[in-house]
Amino acid sequence: MVHEAVSPSQRLLEPKDLSFLQQVIGLYGNDPTKLLQILREVQEHLGFIPNPAVSFIAETLNIPRNRIESVASFYSFLHLKSQGTYRVLFSDNITDRMLGSQALMERMCQQLWLQPGKVSEDGLVSIGTTSCTGMCDQGPAMLVNERAITKLTHQRIQEIGQLIRNRTPLSDWPADFFQVEDNIQRAGLLLGNTLTYGETLQAGIALGGAAIVEEVKRSGLRGRGGAGYPTGLKWEACRNAQGKEHYVVCNADEGEPGTFKDRVLLTRQADLVFEGMTLCALAVGAKKGFLYLRGEYRYLLDHLLGVLQRRRDSDLLGHDILGIKGFDFDIEIHLGAGAYICGEESALIESLEGERGVPRNRPPFPVTHGYLQQPTALDNVETFCQAAMAIHMGADKYSAIGTAKSTGSKLISVSGDCPRPGIYEYQFGVSVQEILNDCGAVNTRAVQISGPSGICIGEHEFSRKLGFEDLPTAGAFMVFDDSRDMFEVARNFVHFFAHESCGFCTPCRVGTSMLKQTMDKIAAGQGTHYDLAEVENLDHVLQTTSHCGLGRTACNPVLHTLKHFRPAYESRLKSLSFKPAFDLDGALARARQMTGRDDAGAHLKENE
Amino acid sequence: MEFPVSDTFQLDGKPVVFETGQTVMQAALAAGHYIPHLCYHPEFKPHGSCKLCTVKVNGRTAASCTMPAEAGLEVESDIDELNALRRTLVQMLFAEGNHFCPSCEKSGNCVLQALGYDLEVHSAGFRHQFPDRPLDASHPDILLDFNRCILCELCVNASAEVDGKHVFALAGRGNSKHLIVNAESGLLKDTNIALTDKAMSVCPVGVIIKKGVGFSTPIGERRYDQRPISQQALDDAPRPPSGEAHD
Ligand SMILES: Cc1cc2nc3c(=O)[nH]c(=O)nc-3n(C[C@H](O)[C@H](O)[C@H](O)COP(=O)(O)O)c2cc1C
Ligand code: SF4
Ligand code: SF4
Ligand code: FES
Ligand code: FES
Repeated sequence: MVHEAVSPSQRLLEPKDLSFLQQVIGLYGNDPTKLLQILREVQEHLGFIPNPAVSFIAETLNIPRNRIESVASFYSFLHLKSQGTYRVLFSDNITDRMLGSQALMERMCQQLWLQPGKVSEDGLVSIGTTSCTGMCDQGPAMLVNERAITKLTHQRIQEIGQLIRNRTPLSDWPADFFQVEDNIQRAGLLLGNTLTYGETLQAGIALGGAAIVEEVKRSGLRGRGGAGYPTGLKWEACRNAQGKEHYVVCNADEGEPGTFKDRVLLTRQADLVFEGMTLCALAVGAKKGFLYLRGEYRYLLDHLLGVLQRRRDSDLLGHDILGIKGFDFDIEIHLGAGAYICGEESALIESLEGERGVPRNRPPFPVTHGYLQQPTALDNVETFCQAAMAIHMGADKYSAIGTAKSTGSKLISVSGDCPRPGIYEYQFGVSVQEILNDCGAVNTRAVQISGPSGICIGEHEFSRKLGFEDLPTAGAFMVFDDSRDMFEVARNFVHFFAHESCGFCTPCRVGTSMLKQTMDKIAAGQGTHYDLAEVENLDHVLQTTSHCGLGRTACNPVLHTLKHFRPAYESRLKSLSFKPAFDLDGALARARQMTGRDDAGAHLKENE
Repeated sequence: MEFPVSDTFQLDGKPVVFETGQTVMQAALAAGHYIPHLCYHPEFKPHGSCKLCTVKVNGRTAASCTMPAEAGLEVESDIDELNALRRTLVQMLFAEGNHFCPSCEKSGNCVLQALGYDLEVHSAGFRHQFPDRPLDASHPDILLDFNRCILCELCVNASAEVDGKHVFALAGRGNSKHLIVNAESGLLKDTNIALTDKAMSVCPVGVIIKKGVGFSTPIGERRYDQRPISQQALDDAPRPPSGEAHD
């Protein structure tokens, strides 16, 4: 490894690196819309994207080099400067913290003589945090060089530290570190299906494209990614939209903290996911599909590629599928690289095109102007599975399940304070209390439904029911018992939004980071009632003027917890109504650190 | 002028005629109605990022610079609720960067400052972030003062679309988003920027500064010293694409 004398972004390229770069770029057809995929491969191979590699890629693809820097710097897992041979990122969702992740991280930093966020002097290792990695049922979790490691304990941390010190290649680390359990606790029509490969596709072919659309419409199926848009209407609009080509996109970005059901579907039901996409292709007239897989699920790539290949070999993908002349469809997998915003459909499409994942101005919507400005049907992983089930069962049978406006079943990702976290499949209309009973939760104080952007409900609301009529959800179900501090829960979520804001629009870019500062100020005991009023002001601006759902929901955690758990905030407030944000003593902290002083004389007296 | 297809929507109770394909903002400005805006520039495709142009369309908020005009829309713009939101957004932009207007060469010609006056932003509102954004003074004729960048991407688009150069791009994410130039050294002197570039004249604030001409027009006689932005913007609006640049 070349890490010594050269500056961190200036690693020199060896001949073998150059031929690797050439090969990767060639593999992606010298196509600038594959830039993100190219950069991801370079990151994986070289550990970062050194300056000379940026220049080389720019020249080869004939694009400005600042476009490459612009794209690379958008994604958390791409680095233009070396972050060490081993890049350790602790998953920093509240549920990881509840399982002790902060102490583990501190321990590891001590063990390796490191400060969080800094690369060790020998260029060996860096330790930091990352947003929820989707292992909430088996946390605390971390990523090492973008590979997920679950069930961290002090002992496991110790072992990892040793492996790093010994410079043991990741491929030689114990396999059980990387073990990811499915934890299916309750199966329903979807997880319990006994379908064979190609079965629903046969049914779809018998129906034909137009009838598939009708059937999905009549089934009452609504999107499972959060917004709940009627899937049949979306497919119909896409089918009717004019374009050179139509596309099908599967949203497997699953970034909402506390959500991990798509992970399990991709592991256990990959065929059904691809079958749903193929049915959709038949319905909208697409020849090409993409599955956008979040970078955190990189470990699933080989498995998914294997399933795709088997389906090609079985005539379920490719040319003249199942012998039907002209029924051509294939699926490509694109990996993300650490950006929650890429779950937003138009940002996802930008990212698919190799750009920064910034949400587009809408209208127009993806159904008419999606991938490469062509009509695109984009749906969540679970939605494609449910659509396949609806075709298999028939609309009448499918729509009889669940409630009037929320048909079918829903996968719920249960994590937090309960003895049996994991995946639970229910018919819509199930109550929160029923789920709490099933997962064995006791003394529950609050449940966060659908992740930080969703809603936090308190005890008196546990009779409420999941479904579009009452509590819509993308699947996250985080349980908090009465030992938890709901202020800290909200503060964690606020940090998440600030970290994940794409930075495009003023309200979200500035507002989320101000909100974070306000919550930190309250946490430090410096907050006043004035700050709570400011939160309400920020909320109004974020909700009404933000460009996309991230900004619009970023204040929810604070507003909801303020509503139910106001004392958790008020007990931290200073009594006076205004306290300047500038904390003189705090400002001296850095000087104290540099001089190694922390005695009384190095502090300013509190004078109010 | 012959409109291919024209129709009307209501803006603050007054009818506005529009052509198919126009946004609410374009139609309003062309018809002589001002809606506050910052990242929108009549010669470029709307960006939609600053959100100062937020209006209510049939009761729901939307950015008017990107909202396609449609017959029969009820658009509200000059109402207290929206002007209060706009004030907050301006305060956010001021707090996000380092804007010391009295020592800024752009003072009087700056769109952000002019909007501040026009919207009657009297106080800081938010604690300032004081970001650390070093200048780029490497180029003999041009100074980049990143402290004032509002990330509107106008220079990026002007350089790419008009100058055919890609001198500028935006990098980073969230509140660490920032402007970069196209050079391995990261310095402006190593780019092919020229004083005659369109990118030199589109910045609404004081980031891209021509060296040496600093205060040639005295403060007090500058663009927004003479007339408020709400009037000035209307003159700029219906310009043909090759029209005169801001300075
Ligand atoms: C900030 C943000 C993040 C999102 N993340 C996801 C995600 O990870 N997975 C997903 O399926 N949908 C996500 N969505 C919703 C998508 O924009 C889109 O509505 C959905 O994928 C459509 O599929 P569906 O109709 O099958 O639900 C997100 C939306 C926003 C605003
Ligand atoms: S709301 Fe936030 S995430 Fe969405 S576009 Fe604006 S800055 Fe980006
Ligand atoms: S330098 Fe000026 S024109 Fe360019 S993005 Fe910043 S504010 Fe906009
Ligand atoms: S990965 Fe740890 S909580 Fe989601
Ligand atoms: S002017 Fe419309 S968003 Fe900036």
